[in-house]
Amino acid sequence: MEKKVLLGNEAIARGAYEAGCHVATAYPGTPSTEILETIARDYRNIKAQWSPNEKVALEVAAGASVAGARSMAAMKHVGLNVAADPLFTFSYTGVNGALVIINADDPQAWSSQNEQDNRWLARAAKLPMIEPSDPQECKAFTKLAFDLSEEYDRPVIVRITTRIAHSQGIVEIQDRKEVPVKPFVRNPQKYVMLPVHARPRHVFIEQQLLKLKEYSETSGINRIEWGNKKRGIITDSVAYQYVKETCPDDSVLKIGMVWPMPDAMIREFAAGVESLYVVEELDPFIEDYVKALGFPCTGKEIIPLCFELTPDIVDQALNGRGHASPYPKYESNPIPPRPPALCKGCPHSFVFNVLKKLDLNINGDIGCYTLGALPPYSAMHSQGCMGASIGMHLGFEKAHGPEMARKSVAVIGDSTFVHSGITPLIDLVYNRGTGTVLILDNRGTAMTGHQDHPATGVTLMGEQTHELDIAALARAVGVKRVVTADPAKVEEFERIVREEVAAEEPSVIVSLRKCILKK
Amino acid sequence: MKNVIFAGVGGQGVILASKILMEVAMNAGYDVKESEVHGMAQRGGSVDCNVRYGEKVHSPLIPRAGADYIVSLELLETMRKMEYLAPEGTLIVNREKVDPAPVQTGAMQYPADIEEWVKEHVPGSVFLDTAGALKEAGSKKALNIVMLGVLSNYLEFTEEQWAAGIRSLVKEKFVDMNIKAFTLGRGLKA
Ligand code: SF4
Repeated sequence: MEKKVLLGNEAIARGAYEAGCHVATAYPGTPSTEILETIARDYRNIKAQWSPNEKVALEVAAGASVAGARSMAAMKHVGLNVAADPLFTFSYTGVNGALVIINADDPQAWSSQNEQDNRWLARAAKLPMIEPSDPQECKAFTKLAFDLSEEYDRPVIVRITTRIAHSQGIVEIQDRKEVPVKPFVRNPQKYVMLPVHARPRHVFIEQQLLKLKEYSETSGINRIEWGNKKRGIITDSVAYQYVKETCPDDSVLKIGMVWPMPDAMIREFAAGVESLYVVEELDPFIEDYVKALGFPCTGKEIIPLCFELTPDIVDQALNGRGHASPYPKYESNPIPPRPPALCKGCPHSFVFNVLKKLDLNINGDIGCYTLGALPPYSAMHSQGCMGASIGMHLGFEKAHGPEMARKSVAVIGDSTFVHSGITPLIDLVYNRGTGTVLILDNRGTAMTGHQDHPATGVTLMGEQTHELDIAALARAVGVKRVVTADPAKVEEFERIVREEVAAEEPSVIVSLRKCILKK
Repeated sequence: MKNVIFAGVGGQGVILASKILMEVAMNAGYDVKESEVHGMAQRGGSVDCNVRYGEKVHSPLIPRAGADYIVSLELLETMRKMEYLAPEGTLIVNREKVDPAPVQTGAMQYPADIEEWVKEHVPGSVFLDTAGALKEAGSKKALNIVMLGVLSNYLEFTEEQWAAGIRSLVKEKFVDMNIKAFTLGRGLKA
């Protein structure tokens, strides 16, 4: 069989391809971005698209699924928050063609605003979740997810983490299985979630979860690897690899399907070992479950709750081995760090110089420009999630009155504005705010690698399409003062910011200058 | 099992060097795993790749004091990875300096004694001037491949195996240039 070295994310793309996936959607977000980029580059018989945000991405994939296609939506962990609304109800409707959701968590918050553990979301949405532990499993589990989805009439979540997404390993390559798109069959009892339809669907999904529990027990996706029975370790995801490396003689229960959990297998394993441990990243998801089944175990007492695990951390916790460096520490000089920073000549740097000079309260958002919070600019004072800048800006004004809007701005990128900035701008106008919103239009989603979006006029597949006019959109929602300006024309830009912030009505400044790295 | 860390700064091609090593090791029949950094990397941050190959590889991360080789494409980056060097491990270092932001702004100094310190504490480490080889290869971008050529002297694979690895991962029009860069690196004397 042909073998290839692939990145975890490339292996997921390959898995989707081999499974006969027809439609794949996403909004870019580290560490999930390469999945759709790989599909658009290598597997062009899949219809792949960037959506404006993860909610829309999931809805398009769900629509394709209900209409009969094998579909997939990929997103980072916080993206699944955005898509949580469709997620919870598409759990009720189920699928026609398969619906697979790739969810990429980011322990260590390498490139994210938080470290949330989305295993809880699978449990809360009553959906099966499977977790590959290396690139080969990324491919195999993604393929499996398509089959499980159709067999059990469930959307299936594949959860990866940064370390799985951005690790390479050997993957066995197989052919694509061509699956015809099924016909769409009207079935309002299944696809229209009126309360009267939702109630029986709830009963149905509880039944399906029981069937999936059976699968979780018997299919081999979860497995006991018996070794020395003095110590048994339950583990999942990349933590499994660290356990195998540092505790090769111990017994291991490898969790590949983390929801629903295999109760009987856990019982058998717990009964078969002298002491029971759980090694998992982030929350005690497995640990709490095992304890609730009535088995005392050691987990978060010795395995950190925060940040990514490493083989060193696991080895120290389980074996007391420290791996100290045999070399002395270099101490003669401090080692200068390389903090992430805006590129030299970045369009955002002009904007932040002006905003800093004017000493405004700056409600920021998510993108390269979040780095404006760090020196030398130190020019951002709130930032939370995609699109929050504009709503928070209005909240500032509601708290202190219109004078506050004369001392504050919202700053949001073009891609983030399209993602989640439009509805709060409508709110700012509707609820009689008077603040200024700067939309930093650098012609792409720069932070994740310059992907196109609706306002660049190019699709993921490289086709030309309608180019959303951000200024016209702002006017259409009722902002009368809309100016477009080049931030590199510093004096003029400063004058415009002063004028717009002073104006006692809503205003939008489109700060238009292309990212210097965008081709 | 062999453990190799490639270290550098964004844009130096650390990931491609790792990919070629992985390809060569896989074709030689080994299991291979690697871990890399994305996202912030393109903003001029430190970048490193862990490559591991052997009979069976579990963790994609190399433990502390576990790297047989650290190949550093930038002088300072060597020091950030020091704690990963195994006893008897070898440092292969490009002497080139890329000033970090705090040095550019004058807030901090680029340590002047790195080579001296390393030579005292890590016997067998090599420091290289790559400018000549890069000029001869015809592209500054080939630094990663020149350094891979230096590393190749320490690993078991043949020149043909390396050339095959380069051929399968580099765009066709750059293959000759890269094989030349590799050969120059292989012949480079510390
Ligand atoms: S990638 Fe573009 S937008 Fe991001 S910091 Fe660099 S120049 Fe600025």
